[in-house]
Amino acid sequence: MTEAAVSRPATTTGTAIALSAVTKRFPGVLANDAITLDILPGEIHVLLGENGAGKSTLIAMLAGMQQPDAGTIAVHGRDVRIGSPRESLALGIGTVYQHVLLVPTLTVIENLMLGGAWWRRQDRGAALARFHELSATLGVAIEPDIPVGRLALGEQQQVEIMRALWRGERVLILDEPTSMLTPQGVADLGRVMQRLRDQGVAIVFITHKLREAYAFGNRVSVLRLGLLVGQLGPDELARLTEAEVTDAVIRLMFGASEGHTDDADALLGRGRRHHSSALRADAPPRIALHGVATEAAPGECALHAVDLAVRPGEILGVAGVDGNGQKHLAEVLAGQRRAAAGRVMIDGRDATAEGVAARRARGVRYVTDERLGEGTIAAFSVATNLVAKEIGRPPRWRHGITLWDRVHAHARESVRRHDVRTPSERTPIGRLSGGNIQKVLLARELDEDAGIVVYNKPTYGLDLHNNALARARIADGAARGLATVLISTELDELLALADRVAVMLGGRVVGVVDNGADAELAIGRLMTGAA
Amino acid sequence: MSAREAIAGALRVALPIALALTVGGAVLLALGKDPIDYYVFVVERGLLSWAGFQESLTRSAPLLLIAAGLIVAFRAGIWNLGVDGQFLLAAVIAAALAPELIAFLPGLLTLLIGFVVAALVGAAWSLVPALLKARIGVNEIVTSLMMSFLGISLANVLIKIPFNDPATTVPQTRTLAVEDRLPRLFDTTVHAGIVIAVAAVVLVHLMMTRTAFGLRLQMVGANPRAAQHAGLDVGRLTVATFALSAGLAGMGGAADALGVLGTIRADWDPGYGLLVVPLVFLARFHGIAVIGFTLFFAVLMIGGESAARRLGVPNFFVLVLVGLLLLFLAVVEYLDQMRRRRRVA
Repeated sequence: MTEAAVSRPATTTGTAIALSAVTKRFPGVLANDAITLDILPGEIHVLLGENGAGKSTLIAMLAGMQQPDAGTIAVHGRDVRIGSPRESLALGIGTVYQHVLLVPTLTVIENLMLGGAWWRRQDRGAALARFHELSATLGVAIEPDIPVGRLALGEQQQVEIMRALWRGERVLILDEPTSMLTPQGVADLGRVMQRLRDQGVAIVFITHKLREAYAFGNRVSVLRLGLLVGQLGPDELARLTEAEVTDAVIRLMFGASEGHTDDADALLGRGRRHHSSALRADAPPRIALHGVATEAAPGECALHAVDLAVRPGEILGVAGVDGNGQKHLAEVLAGQRRAAAGRVMIDGRDATAEGVAARRARGVRYVTDERLGEGTIAAFSVATNLVAKEIGRPPRWRHGITLWDRVHAHARESVRRHDVRTPSERTPIGRLSGGNIQKVLLARELDEDAGIVVYNKPTYGLDLHNNALARARIADGAARGLATVLISTELDELLALADRVAVMLGGRVVGVVDNGADAELAIGRLMTGAA
Repeated sequence: MSAREAIAGALRVALPIALALTVGGAVLLALGKDPIDYYVFVVERGLLSWAGFQESLTRSAPLLLIAAGLIVAFRAGIWNLGVDGQFLLAAVIAAALAPELIAFLPGLLTLLIGFVVAALVGAAWSLVPALLKARIGVNEIVTSLMMSFLGISLANVLIKIPFNDPATTVPQTRTLAVEDRLPRLFDTTVHAGIVIAVAAVVLVHLMMTRTAFGLRLQMVGANPRAAQHAGLDVGRLTVATFALSAGLAGMGGAADALGVLGTIRADWDPGYGLLVVPLVFLARFHGIAVIGFTLFFAVLMIGGESAARRLGVPNFFVLVLVGLLLLFLAVVEYLDQMRRRRRVA
């Protein structure tokens, strides 16, 4: 684990993909900063890093979705420009994304035959032959003529892998392939990856779970804030124990020793939180979960026996890789999802059976992460969206009649006070920027009757300025005495704001860490299932 | 800028109508008829002649009640395409009930009960699609259409077996005497159903734009997940929407049964429901605009029926015109979208 390990190996012959000083900028973000990295055939190359470390950008460039601003990409020793996903496939680079991108009503073989030239006759015989060839390579047995929608998620992913390899088995990129899988599915995937590796395929495997990185990886590269900060080669991986690897990787992923300056911290709203005076250790919890479980639809992560309690003025952070039950947790707290087991207590009273409206009357507020999906109605005006959760209640309704003058006056006041940039309060909210939509949501939820606030990824997709504003509002709310649950995948954010941090993994709260000096490492261990 | 927008707004309505009439005229030419003759005849018979105008107004009554029902449903994002079954079943039951009630109840009370029962029958016939949609998310387009066929068949059975008037040779319900039907307005042949219908459309419009209930329905229609997020009971609202929509369609049936016909014959099924659907789209689900479109369509229907007898242009040419109108509306809408997008970009 030395700096030397990062530099390029002496021989580059036989490299599947060679990235040289690849840089990619987005407005306000340096997503990839001069990354030099070799992907070798016959290796499972694990890419690790926090959300926003630059893994997705790197993959997007290999898949032809993005083009680098500087640096070169060489595939099999030849410098290439990967202008589109089609070109990427033609180069033998297949990418499998986290979420299944197959047509559920088409059969397996039909899905695989999609994407051929439109003028060419569909050759089912040849496709079937290729299908059986790949089935043998992967060591899987899937019926080619059943609709994809009827397959288990793990099997759907195997079909995705087949599609990625359809045009030639050279490079396979797997973007967080295990996040949706059962443990059995993960084991199957590991076997498939190892078979492909043994046949000389270069595999790039992105994961958040260090256990998988150790179990399947031949080489581990760690990205942080757009930089390649370290690499563990096959020798080191073979020599070190799992615990040693875990320690080394966590230090690289979250290590605070090098990197950003104090100025950058201030800009990002980083730095330790000054504990609010409103928080009293002896205060009874405002909201508490006791052994709460939920039922999940396919592809969702349900809760299992979750216990949590939040006191007034406290910010309870919830950390964890996306898709580990955070959504269900937020919805159970807000009353939007029924608890299949356990109890939800609000101010010491059983509120398990109460829905959104009743919880809202008790001061529960929920700032959803799906601002457009469920938080707002895009076609409705800013004004209507601001009152969407109080329809029919005074003072803006009287006997069920909408007092539009009051709705609009209220909206003008909110727009002014919360600095929402909108042409008018009657503008459809869908026309506003993400930052301004979030301001509207915060204005709606943080009204004077709010007492318990659940934030789900409140700064997701916001630029630096709006990010800092949103964080300031969360901190102000807690200082006013709000019991706050802050769900986030940004560890920085949690460390900056939270008093305690609960860590979720697989729908369980696997630990609660007091925000202090060693919180980062402790959270990192819990998040990655290493502890 | 705003003047340009106003012109664009007017063009969005005028252009499709002009194009539809032009292409419709070409079709008439191809049929060997003089389009000018036809259009003039239709307008004279349906709008300009006093008798024709009264007939057009009378025809508007059931159409408007159906339109009101469709607006409620469509604005809530529920595609109640079962209005024909709801309409006919309600009409038959109202027609069969009224002659029985008139024997011992005053005329107005009989008519009132007839309308209420028709609304309830319509609403009841929407219950199956509504519950299937609310409970297990079955697509209401399919279920409401199927229930519509069942409703029409059941109405037929009702006329032929339990409600059949033995005094007549063709199967039909007992006849409500002309003087017991919906009262005429002033000295005209137009019955009071048109007042009920216009009131229903206006009330529906006010409900959708001015009340909490209407806003909730629109929220369910615009983004059901947001409605759920805001704590609305989407299932109950779905059932309420269906009941309201089908109830209004049922009242449309009562308007025809108790205002015009007095009896329903087994072979009577005007299929107004699916004719009104395009009008509601043309009006963009707007309550007041739909009154204009419905009247326009009623004029076309009445004038077209006369033209069929006099000029030999088939009756269903009116449908060709409505079809063309919808087509060109979509085309103009599309071009307008493109124009906006270009301006934004």
